[in-house]
Amino acid sequence: MARKLMKGNEAIGEAAIRAGCHLFFGYPITPQNELPEYMSKRLPEVDGVFVQAESEVSAINMVYGAAGTGSRVMTSSSSPGISLKQEGISYIAGAELPCVIVNIVRGGPGLGGIQPAQSDYFQSTKGGGHGDYRLIVLAPSTVQEMVDLVQEAFDLADKYRNPVMVLGDGMLGQMMEPVEFKEREKLDFDHSSWATVGIGDRETPNIVNSLYLDPQELEDHNIKLQKKYDEITKNEIRYDTYNCDDADIILVAYGTTARIVQDVIPMAAEQGIKLGLIKPITLWPFPYDVFKEYSDSAKAFLSVEMSMGQMVEDVKLAVNGKKPVHFYGRSGGMIPTPEGILGKVNEILGGLK
Amino acid sequence: MAVLFKRPEALADINTHYCPGCTHGIIHRLVAEAIDALDIREKTIGIAPVGCSVFAYKYFNCDMQEAAHGRAPAVATGIKRALPESIVFTYQGDGDLASIGTAEIIHAAARNENMTVIFVNNAIYGMTGGQMAPTTLPKQRTTTSPYGRDVATAGNPLKMSEMLATLDGPAFITRTTVHDIKGINRTKKAIEKAFKNQVEKKGFSLVEILSTCPTNWGMTPVESMQWLESNMIDYFPLGVYKDIEEEK
Repeated sequence: MARKLMKGNEAIGEAAIRAGCHLFFGYPITPQNELPEYMSKRLPEVDGVFVQAESEVSAINMVYGAAGTGSRVMTSSSSPGISLKQEGISYIAGAELPCVIVNIVRGGPGLGGIQPAQSDYFQSTKGGGHGDYRLIVLAPSTVQEMVDLVQEAFDLADKYRNPVMVLGDGMLGQMMEPVEFKEREKLDFDHSSWATVGIGDRETPNIVNSLYLDPQELEDHNIKLQKKYDEITKNEIRYDTYNCDDADIILVAYGTTARIVQDVIPMAAEQGIKLGLIKPITLWPFPYDVFKEYSDSAKAFLSVEMSMGQMVEDVKLAVNGKKPVHFYGRSGGMIPTPEGILGKVNEILGGLK
Repeated sequence: MAVLFKRPEALADINTHYCPGCTHGIIHRLVAEAIDALDIREKTIGIAPVGCSVFAYKYFNCDMQEAAHGRAPAVATGIKRALPESIVFTYQGDGDLASIGTAEIIHAAARNENMTVIFVNNAIYGMTGGQMAPTTLPKQRTTTSPYGRDVATAGNPLKMSEMLATLDGPAFITRTTVHDIKGINRTKKAIEKAFKNQVEKKGFSLVEILSTCPTNWGMTPVESMQWLESNMIDYFPLGVYKDIEEEK
């Protein structure tokens, strides 16, 4: 298929529809508005459903209801709105419902700003809502990758009966790039054992629920969930590496920041500095093991983020004290510049000499 | 032998956790009878709330979802939009529907979602131990209004049926009671109509049912029925607040 120039937010919508998602529940918030706007226009063309909910809280609970019928369903928001969705996300995780949640991250805390940020890393990967649960968190760095990962997100959600978050940022959402919608193999998922579609001829009702008042039952449920999370960790870790084999310093970055870092690598090479990049694509499960391959050869690691330092904690866990782990970040909607990152690299190398 | 009385098929054959004298049992039965009468159990999906009726998902013999506190109308919207041919009902208490879920119920009604809402108003938070509810009457004592509800500081009770009837959206809004036989019979008819409206795609239908809580009111079941009759009905008048059929 021919490539088409599309804005990131709109490309997400088209990718979702092509993945068979015909239900979208949203609420306006900048910088993701083009996505619900696109869905409100496109979904009626495919006999789909767009509902602008009265709040993010309602939108995520509409997702809960629709996901409970086994239908493919999506919602999107940006940071403050995602905070409001956390109640529903916890219930969805607890009830083991498949759905896709898009967060086009903007700067926080509080109302924060509307410019790009990566300061929801903790919220996405370490909980966000209450209880022992995990989201699969996918972090694209190009509009094409966003399209591919959104389509994949629905399969992952169905495969594991788990909510999947696609974590973009205002830059990716607003950026226009050429994209290609690849035909994906349509996988068959059997929802009949749990989806509430009406009891029909079944003997016993299907019940969508996350309440277990008996402590032993709740612990058993949590152990079952944990086994699923272990399985996801075993099967679904995704990352890219660039130039890591003989790198002096390995930079770690995802999303928009990973693209900036890719520009820094040739700039550093001109100065005779060998830089590599580990780009996590799944932020959860985090690709801890890949760091082991380079923790002997690299002299140090540098986590570059649009935050005050969040993923760096996972990088430290991954490197496990074998080499120094540094951090460079901008926040509040300020974007790290290649020069700024290179300056930090030189500072680290100066200290290493 | 002719069967004169039996458990409705839409009611599960298990013991409920409700206190002696609680009217949830009556209302559950009326809902189940309506589902049976319309022969819609196979395609019905119910939504249980948070509150005393949280376990409603165990008590109805149809597919069920358990919603977060107050969110049942949003969950119902998601189900109904995904499966327009299904029959969707929420079963909610006053804390759930009239306090934490006010936005959800108002907007579901405004969108005229084709669903049925069973709203059980007993003027108190039962499950959590008898705290003040949005529908607790002025001067009524609860564990968080120990001196009686002071409207100067706690505000006035919400009259949900009256509020919702101001909207253009809903098809049917009524308030009934289950404190006596006449009330139970009227409630039965109202619930049936609220489900029938959905089958006929008439739109959002809500039955507010005045109900008792002997345990948290600190009364016997009989005293509770009398208290409902002599106190609640004055504040929450019975009647049909909206019916698009009558407007025609």
